Amino acid sequence: MMTRYLQITPLLLVLGLFFIGPILIISIVSFWDYNEFSLIPDFVWTNYQELFGSQVTYTIYLNTFKFTLLTWLCTFLIGFSVAYFLAFHVRSLSWQMALFLLCTVPFLTSNIIRMIAWIPVLGRHGLVNSGLQTAGIIDQPLDWLLYSDFAVVLAFVHLYTLFMVVPIFNSMMRIDRSLIEAAYDAGASGWQTLWQIILPLCKPGIAIGSIFVITLVMGDFVTVQTMSGGQSASVGVAMNNKRALLQYPAAAADAMVLLVTVLIIVALLMRAVNIRKEL
Amino acid sequence: MTRRSKSFYPLLVFFILFVIFLYGPMFAIITLSFQGPDGGLTFPMNGVSMHWFEQLFKPQRVGDFKGSFLRSLWLASIVMALTVAISLAAGLAFRKGFKGASIIFYLTISSLIVPSILLTLGIGLEFDQMGLESNWYTSGLGAHLSWTLPFGLLIMFAVFNRFDKSYEEAARDMGAKPHQVLQHVVIPIIAPSLVGVGLFGFTLSFDEFARSLLAMGVHNSLPLEIFGMTTTVTTPTLYALGTLTTAVSFLIIGLSFALIGYLRHRRNSRLDKAG
Repeated sequence: MMTRYLQITPLLLVLGLFFIGPILIISIVSFWDYNEFSLIPDFVWTNYQELFGSQVTYTIYLNTFKFTLLTWLCTFLIGFSVAYFLAFHVRSLSWQMALFLLCTVPFLTSNIIRMIAWIPVLGRHGLVNSGLQTAGIIDQPLDWLLYSDFAVVLAFVHLYTLFMVVPIFNSMMRIDRSLIEAAYDAGASGWQTLWQIILPLCKPGIAIGSIFVITLVMGDFVTVQTMSGGQSASVGVAMNNKRALLQYPAAAADAMVLLVTVLIIVALLMRAVNIRKEL
Repeated sequence: MTRRSKSFYPLLVFFILFVIFLYGPMFAIITLSFQGPDGGLTFPMNGVSMHWFEQLFKPQRVGDFKGSFLRSLWLASIVMALTVAISLAAGLAFRKGFKGASIIFYLTISSLIVPSILLTLGIGLEFDQMGLESNWYTSGLGAHLSWTLPFGLLIMFAVFNRFDKSYEEAARDMGAKPHQVLQHVVIPIIAPSLVGVGLFGFTLSFDEFARSLLAMGVHNSLPLEIFGMTTTVTTPTLYALGTLTTAVSFLIIGLSFALIGYLRHRRNSRLDKAG
């Protein structure tokens, strides 16, 4: 018994110092007061009152939800299709693994670089604009390709679709193939099999993928900042701006509200899945 | 081979487009990083040269590239070693079960999904309030572990869920002590997966940005340095840096895959012999 506790201690230390500790500190500091120069330990509700009293907060949350919803929808549709192709159409196991790894490798490279990589593609003189102009489809370069909400969602989809592919692929690989045979034998069409057999059985994978994508987008600051060229706002961007102005308690209150929002969404999604059974 | 169903070809095309979407932009900047000295940030190529890579190593042009590069390599190596060791130990404990296991499991998963901006702000404030100096090897290291350990633990769960206990029982029946079972049976069998955990630890740390932001102290890690450059540098030097870091990532990924392949081969031939 002793060994087990020794084995789990390092993990607990890291979690305590770098997960629970920071959240506790944030929740405490969110009730502190501040002026231009320093933090003042206190117990005031002003940070929360200012946050909820400001119209800007609601606009920013709405914008963040918009990014989240669009990204979720795109990553789900793309992720499901890609996983479906890998799981049901690729027939040899070694090809399956090779193509799966092909999709996974970019995840292990730098997110910042992957964002920068869109500049020569989407910029005013980028590949897309010059291609469209050469083809005579447009006269003027399209301005909304880069440094826009479109670019933000595109970058999110580019960065995070993998988080949908992996768990959905995992769910699909566990589906007993004889179930699908049985559905066809019973006269179900391809669509019916997809809707009534495959989709319900993929629910845990979809829920896990959604948790990843939603929490990553909700808590993001760098993608929105970079890809919108500083023109769009999200909760993360607002928080970072307050932090840059040294308004730590205000940023902390922001962080607490974000945390609670994210936790509610995750709790709802967790009803669809038992994570430990999925591994 | 049975006839392909109707959806095969549309989905094949979709998959190919997805792969182009994933890799295309990366190839664009790799190509552009070899831009001639007079070339700009977009196509067409204005000659071919190594000019921008040379610029990279001249310190006056792009800040502290070399320092942050070496720092990130060190940090990633430390994170890799710690992630493997801590995940393995925790995985072994979870496998046998202990009081509070479920809570700790969910806490670890929460560490993965908690908004990064909150965590990095919290770690910064925590060190500040405790009167400790934020540094890449203290607060920075911890910030990275909060991101890599959940992945490591999830992999360990997946590994142990598929682990055939009869090998251990056989070893025990033949009189092996617990540490001998671990050293000579369990670890060799799961070795390929441990390399996988290490690969995650290294690459996730090497590229980590969001959690590092306020936790690194005065010396930037490479991704922070690159982020600073995105707003100030308007030459292909930026792409050269992107090419170089991507090359490092690919090198690590390639080496890991080779090592995983070798270890699996060795393990399987030994298991076959053991019958």
